[in-house]
Amino acid sequence: MKTTTLKLVTIIAEDDIEARLVRDLKELGVKGYTIVNVRGEGLHGARDNAWEGENIRLETLVSSELADKLFEFLHSTYFPRYLMVVYMENVEVIRAEKFL
Amino acid sequence: MASTTAVAGFIANFHRLAFSKNNIMEHLQDFFVAFLSPMVLAFILGVIATSVKSDLKFPEELYTALTIYLLVAIGLKGGYKLSITSVADFWKPSVAAILIGVAIPIWSFWILRKGGKFDVVNAAAIAAHYGSVSAVTFAEAQAFHDNLKADLLTTTPSLTDAQLASLGATYEGFMPSLLTIMEVPGILVALLIARTSKEANILESTRGSTSEVLRELLAGKSTMLLVGCLVIGVLAGKRGWEQVSPFFDTPFRGILTLFLLEAGLVTGRRLGDLKKVGAFLIVFGIVMPVLHATLGIALGKFAGLSLGGATILGVLAASASYIAAPAAVRVALPESSPTYYLTASLAITFPFNIIIGLPLYHYIAMFIFGGSL
Repeated sequence: MKTTTLKLVTIIAEDDIEARLVRDLKELGVKGYTIVNVRGEGLHGARDNAWEGENIRLETLVSSELADKLFEFLHSTYFPRYLMVVYMENVEVIRAEKFL
Repeated sequence: MASTTAVAGFIANFHRLAFSKNNIMEHLQDFFVAFLSPMVLAFILGVIATSVKSDLKFPEELYTALTIYLLVAIGLKGGYKLSITSVADFWKPSVAAILIGVAIPIWSFWILRKGGKFDVVNAAAIAAHYGSVSAVTFAEAQAFHDNLKADLLTTTPSLTDAQLASLGATYEGFMPSLLTIMEVPGILVALLIARTSKEANILESTRGSTSEVLRELLAGKSTMLLVGCLVIGVLAGKRGWEQVSPFFDTPFRGILTLFLLEAGLVTGRRLGDLKKVGAFLIVFGIVMPVLHATLGIALGKFAGLSLGGATILGVLAASASYIAAPAAVRVALPESSPTYYLTASLAITFPFNIIIGLPLYHYIAMFIFGGSL
């Protein structure tokens, strides 16, 4: 089966900024995404209960160009103020036109 | 716990002295029973469970469900009581409540900046928590007064409503409206201070505009539920309240007990942060509530509230938010550290208020209302 290489961009962020983050990503051209609630611990301590706040993990499949654009945008807009972990990886997908 | 017993004993003695002639308060052991409520004890159990590293943990969604239940129940009941309150009785306490909500973050911010040497963002974040109110502390205050009333009636069944009011055992039914009124202004004022402060230049890069923060606050879950259900309660009136009270009134204390167990679990985890926040914030988290309570009681008396009502307004002034404020602060002042604001409001002020504060404020109110005894 013919596959296309796309970028899987993963963003781990505070659940409080989910709405704003999704809105910004859509404005930049992201077509779809998947969000799961996650718990974890890092430089700023544990974020693992609803009371003190939890994290979300947002995954989206995008073109390599859009992935770079997302990185630059997140770096300039969100990193200075919000706790965030962002990474991308190459993945093989079928029906790539769904995501581009 | 020794100190709480001492405070309760102090009050007991005060009551004996004040009312020995009337022989009203003979059996104050009952007062201790009221004071060591299942709610407070569940909170302590939660703290203990965390300290012994118990695997006790509430299911993820239960916290949210309990919060929704409590806010809806408080709103509905308050709305029904408001529907049977005349505007003449209500407007002065409302003005007092708004004044308190606006004033507290202003001087809290100043004290935290000058005395505590906190930076603008953290000082504003903490000020927002103290400016807003805690619905659970409020519910505990109501429970405290209801228990006090029940105990007084057990001891002296012949007490009239007027006598109960003069003993501070009853309160105005519209108090939840004041809770609702006080939830948002304090947070807004604190965020406004942070936004207008020149030193917080990091905020220039803020994308979240003031209108966005305002929307977050007003459309936030706790405001939505409190205000919304208050309106529902007013519109539905007595008949409406009777339809839902088996679910929202009778089980309320039980749900509150569960919530406080969860609160204890989270507080227990925060206790470890006490070392990090420093002595200033610990003192701030205890002294400010007492000052705010005194202010609230005095203003409450001035606004024509009963002894019990003024005490609850004092409790509202003393309480620090930990549902609405953290959510707002995380969005509007993400640079601020939860280590400071959550530890202060949850691990210091909240336990102080429900364990020592309630009887203490009751005593302060007796003192301020002294003339009318």
